[in-house]
Amino acid sequence: MLHTVNKSPFDSHSLQTCLGLAKAGSDILLIEDAVYAAMSGTAVTSMVESAMSSSTIYALESDLRARGIGSEKMISGINLVGYDGFVELAVTNDKVQSWL
Amino acid sequence: MKFSVMVNEGPYTHQAADTAYHFTRAVLDAGHEIFRIFFYHDGVHNGTRLTTPPQDDRHIVDRWSELAHDHDIDLVVCVAAAQRRGILDKEEAKRNGKDGDNIAPGFRISGLGQLIEAGIEADRLVVFGD
Amino acid sequence: MKQIDWSSLVINESGKVVKKFMYVNRHAPHGTIYPLEGLEVVLIGAAFDQDVSMAFIGDGVFQLNKGQDTADSGMKNVAPTYGALGDYEVTKLYVEQESLDERGLELNDLMNLTWEDEEENWAEKPSIRVVSRAQLSDLLEQQDVILNF
Repeated sequence: MLHTVNKSPFDSHSLQTCLGLAKAGSDILLIEDAVYAAMSGTAVTSMVESAMSSSTIYALESDLRARGIGSEKMISGINLVGYDGFVELAVTNDKVQSWL
Repeated sequence: MKFSVMVNEGPYTHQAADTAYHFTRAVLDAGHEIFRIFFYHDGVHNGTRLTTPPQDDRHIVDRWSELAHDHDIDLVVCVAAAQRRGILDKEEAKRNGKDGDNIAPGFRISGLGQLIEAGIEADRLVVFGD
Repeated sequence: MKQIDWSSLVINESGKVVKKFMYVNRHAPHGTIYPLEGLEVVLIGAAFDQDVSMAFIGDGVFQLNKGQDTADSGMKNVAPTYGALGDYEVTKLYVEQESLDERGLELNDLMNLTWEDEEENWAEKPSIRVVSRAQLSDLLEQQDVILNF
C-alpha cells in the first residue's frame, strides 16, 4: 500500500497514526506540510528513522523546495520524488491510503 | 491504468487542490487515464466560476476547466455538498429558486453515486484533502 | 506496471465487480462536517452492492459516543443516522481499541448499533467490532478502495 501523509507532524497526529498502522514494506510518501517530517534533528526524527527500518519513506521534492528544506537539513535515506514518482508509487502499490 | 481523484478542499485555503491538479497532470503525462475527478466537502468550491484571484497567482478554477477541456476529464461536483455551499448550475438554481448560478465550465453537478462508481471503475482512487 | 489480478476481484451474481470499500473516520463529530458528509457517502454507497466497512480511528471514535444532544448547539445531530446503518447492510464498524483507550472510552460508552442477520433468523447482532491496531492494520491491507473522512 502507498500511504500519503500531508500534515505537519508537529501539528497533527496523522503521521504517527499512519506509521502505527502501516505494515512493514509499505511505501510512505510525505507531501505538502508533512515534508517537515523529513528534517533531521527534530522531535519526530527518531520516529521517522524507526519507520525507515521497515518501510520506504519518500518526500515530494517540490514541497520540500517550497518550504526551503535542502538536502543538508534532511534525514539521510529519505527518497525524493516528483509528481511522476508519486504516480509511479500509486501504480506499483495496489492502493493508496491518504492520511488526511 | 485508470485513476479516479477525489478533492476534499477548496481552492487556495488548502494545498489539496494544487496537489490534486499536479498529480492529475502527472497521471496524464505518464499515459494513464483519469476516469473522474470528484469534488466533495469544500472541494466543491473548485467549481465556482466567480473566483478572481490576483493576477500574479495561479487561477485554480480556470486550470481545472482547461484540464477538462484539453483532456476530456469528467469533473464532478457533489450535489449535496454543492447545495450546502452555494455552487449551482442553471438547473439547480431553477430547481431551488435561486437567482443565479455559478458553476465553472467543464464541471458538472451530480450525486455521490458518481464517487462510488469512480472507486469501482478505476484501478486507483487517490484522495486529496486536509 | 502492476497488472490487476482480475481473479482476485469478486464478481457478484449480476456479473458486477464487488470491491472492498473501507471508509476511515478520524474526525470527532460536530467540530467539522467530515463525519456527517462521510456518513452520506456510506449511505449512498450502500446501494452499490459493494463489500463495505467503516473504521473509526483516533478522534473518529467520538462519533459513536452515546448521548449526543445537539439541541442547544444548533448543530445537526448525526448520531441517530448511525442507527440506520444496519438497515443499509453496513454491518462492519471497526473501532480501534487503542483509540478508545487513549480517550478513556469503553465499548459501553458507545452507541448500541446492531444489524439483523437474515441467515440466522434475523438475530440482532452488534455492528461495532472493537479491534486492535494490529488487526486494523490487517483490515486496511485487505481493502480495494479506502476513503478518508
